[in-house]
Amino acid sequence: MNLNIFQSWNTRYQLISLAVLGVILMVALPLCLDIFRLNMVGKYLTYAFVAIGLVMVWGYGGVLSLGQGVFFGLGGYAMAMYLKLEASDPESTAIQSTPGIPDFMDWNQLTELPTFWLPFNSLPLTLIAVIVVPTLLAWMISFAMFKRRVGGVYFAIITQAVALILTVLIIGQQGYTGGVNGITDLKTLHGWDTRTDSAKLILYYLCVVLLLASILLCRWIQTSKLGTLLLAMRDKEERIRFSGYDVSSFKIFTFCLAAALSGIGGAMFTLQVGFMSPSFIGIVPSIEMVIYAAVGGRLSLVGAVYGTLLVNSGKTLFSETFPDIWLFLMAALFIGVTMAFPMGLAGLWDKYVTPCWKRWLQARRAPAPQVKAAPGAQAEVSRKVNVSSIHEEIPAGLGA
Amino acid sequence: MKPTDNTADTYSPQRRQILQVMGALPLLAMPGLSFAQATAQVNTTKLAVTDKEVTVGQLHSSTGTMAISETGSIQAEQLAIEQINALGGVLGRKIRLIKEDGASDWPTFAEKARKLLINDHCAAIFGCWTSASRKAVLPIFEKENGLLYYPTFYEGLEQSKNVIYTGQEATQQILYGLDWAQKEKNAKSFFLIGSDYIWPRTSMKIARKHIENFQKGKVVGEEYYPLGSTNFGSLVNKIKLQKPDCLFVAVVGGSNVAFYKALKAAGITGVKQLLLTISVTEDELTGVGGENFNGFYASMKYFQSLENENNKKFVAAFKAKYGPKAVIGDVTQASYLGPWLWKAAVEKARSFDVDKVVAASANIELTSAPEGYVKVDPNHHLWSKSRIAVGLPDASFKVVSESPNLIKPDPFPKGYQ
Repeated sequence: MNLNIFQSWNTRYQLISLAVLGVILMVALPLCLDIFRLNMVGKYLTYAFVAIGLVMVWGYGGVLSLGQGVFFGLGGYAMAMYLKLEASDPESTAIQSTPGIPDFMDWNQLTELPTFWLPFNSLPLTLIAVIVVPTLLAWMISFAMFKRRVGGVYFAIITQAVALILTVLIIGQQGYTGGVNGITDLKTLHGWDTRTDSAKLILYYLCVVLLLASILLCRWIQTSKLGTLLLAMRDKEERIRFSGYDVSSFKIFTFCLAAALSGIGGAMFTLQVGFMSPSFIGIVPSIEMVIYAAVGGRLSLVGAVYGTLLVNSGKTLFSETFPDIWLFLMAALFIGVTMAFPMGLAGLWDKYVTPCWKRWLQARRAPAPQVKAAPGAQAEVSRKVNVSSIHEEIPAGLGA
Repeated sequence: MKPTDNTADTYSPQRRQILQVMGALPLLAMPGLSFAQATAQVNTTKLAVTDKEVTVGQLHSSTGTMAISETGSIQAEQLAIEQINALGGVLGRKIRLIKEDGASDWPTFAEKARKLLINDHCAAIFGCWTSASRKAVLPIFEKENGLLYYPTFYEGLEQSKNVIYTGQEATQQILYGLDWAQKEKNAKSFFLIGSDYIWPRTSMKIARKHIENFQKGKVVGEEYYPLGSTNFGSLVNKIKLQKPDCLFVAVVGGSNVAFYKALKAAGITGVKQLLLTISVTEDELTGVGGENFNGFYASMKYFQSLENENNKKFVAAFKAKYGPKAVIGDVTQASYLGPWLWKAAVEKARSFDVDKVVAASANIELTSAPEGYVKVDPNHHLWSKSRIAVGLPDASFKVVSESPNLIKPDPFPKGYQ
């Protein structure tokens, strides 16, 4: 009934919260922090790509993936391979037995560049690979699983297995991948030195812009019919299936979307940090990325970004200040957040801040406008189902 | 926990700046009257050096899977710094240590290295253990012109202006050991076994070339196992099938325990089989257990049981500080050299500036090293002796052979590429 009010108010609220995030990231932080700390925030923000992907696939799609590090890593590796080839020109690798190939290949007695490295000589192909490779793998996994109606815990276990397999593969094939060391010593992007302070600043802003754009894209999907269907599917999958929708296609789509976002995050990570290693692909980092989304609130895109920032700055702060006991402090943070606010930071905001804000708005605009009953309400049965679920899960505002 | 930590925890950049300004005040007041080692002279590159203190960093893993290996390094470096401070410090300045935790995670190493160099302006950093962590921080040290003292024996194939390698590079450790096995034990066929990453792979490449091209021996098998692997059943069968004269082993970390237990269970013991490893120090031996390693050999440059005055003092000081049960492995000793080598280079350069310290580092000699006399080569690696020791049931080593001379470090060995 009061769907319209809710939605219009909610959309505006969403835009405001996104704008606030934008101002914090683009104006406040660059003004407050030196380039070293800003670069660190830039690094954290690359994880936020994964976190908002998880909001879509877990919070909305109801599919918990514990292997998002795989897609982050693939995007990062794609970018790292391009940068490594650029850094391995024949002059700077003259001391090797085979100049012109990456150093770790030379150490592993390879004498020519493997075929699958060749596309990464080209920047456009690399940029395509950053998105396409993770998406393709995500499609293969999700197609195989969701078409067979594998879901829930089983799917989570399979994503873990994929993370483990890929880690073992990359570490084992060190002549082709750099092994456990990863791909290191990256210098320039198409001739542009990514290690200078000015480059770091530009990369930071690029990262922020891409992140905000990704949030807008996800928000657009959430407010579309697809988003409504996803929510409905999460709560009553059978009902949606019997209504004639192909449930698995929606799940596959969201999973691929999350993978593509993670891939972009991974590529930005490589650019800002200057190397890529299998330590991002394994099971532990993948679970850590779920924690970011959980701390932020798994239904809130903006909340996921704050969650990522909070967890990572906590990690940095604790480990710098208390190098001997920082892991205990991190554990306390996780336990504290999940015990005190199960819906994460966004849940906290919705519970305490939003009601005040709403009251204040209503007081200003009183009397609240009356809404006519929507005509043809009968025809909107399926929508009503969704509305009720929206009300249950996301009271308002930031939580959406 | 340790005395040096306290200062690190309460570290404040503002205070340092204030101290720097205050330190410069007398200079302003008395132009032309400069004392011998004014801070402005010994530090022209904005390092964290004041009239009283010089700040250095320490970057090892105190948490995560590598903590067990790196703790010894952390302790040895802190002991060295404490001893140097007791002797009056470096150029009249006390060393102040900022400790950071790399958490066994290479990206964290990179982040903390940046922090120590860019934020804290450390004059030198003692740290890293695995090759992966060194590779992760190397570009940062080169970009920010920092100075890293790296303690672990490693695969070579690297030489950076910004790193002093205080452990052995691969040829120093491997060639002497293989020659010993050939001459003393008459070994002709070798079976190479390693964990699957860059150090064992490169080491085995060098070993194979040496065995085949120089010793005219035979390599009858070469096997690699994933890091952390505990399943060596099939390997035992292959060893029994091939019957090599010598097992040449570079299995690392926790895998060691499973590996030696599997050998013992299969009856492959020191009595029947010659085994030479380049990856078991006193630290690992404690975990493996003396009974499982009894009669096997390790090739290292340092063993805790070395008989010399320097080592006796070092072991006594280490045990006094960290308890009588503390064990000292090869890398722990190499870590201990770091601060002393840095002190010697700074005093030779009469400056903390990284470029000057690096320039002064070539040919620095250390007569007080627990392993005996060492010298820094212009290629930033150490000249040192190689030693072979046999494992005893009480989890200690007895040295059975020692190279007569210091072995020249050769990180890019010709004929082994």
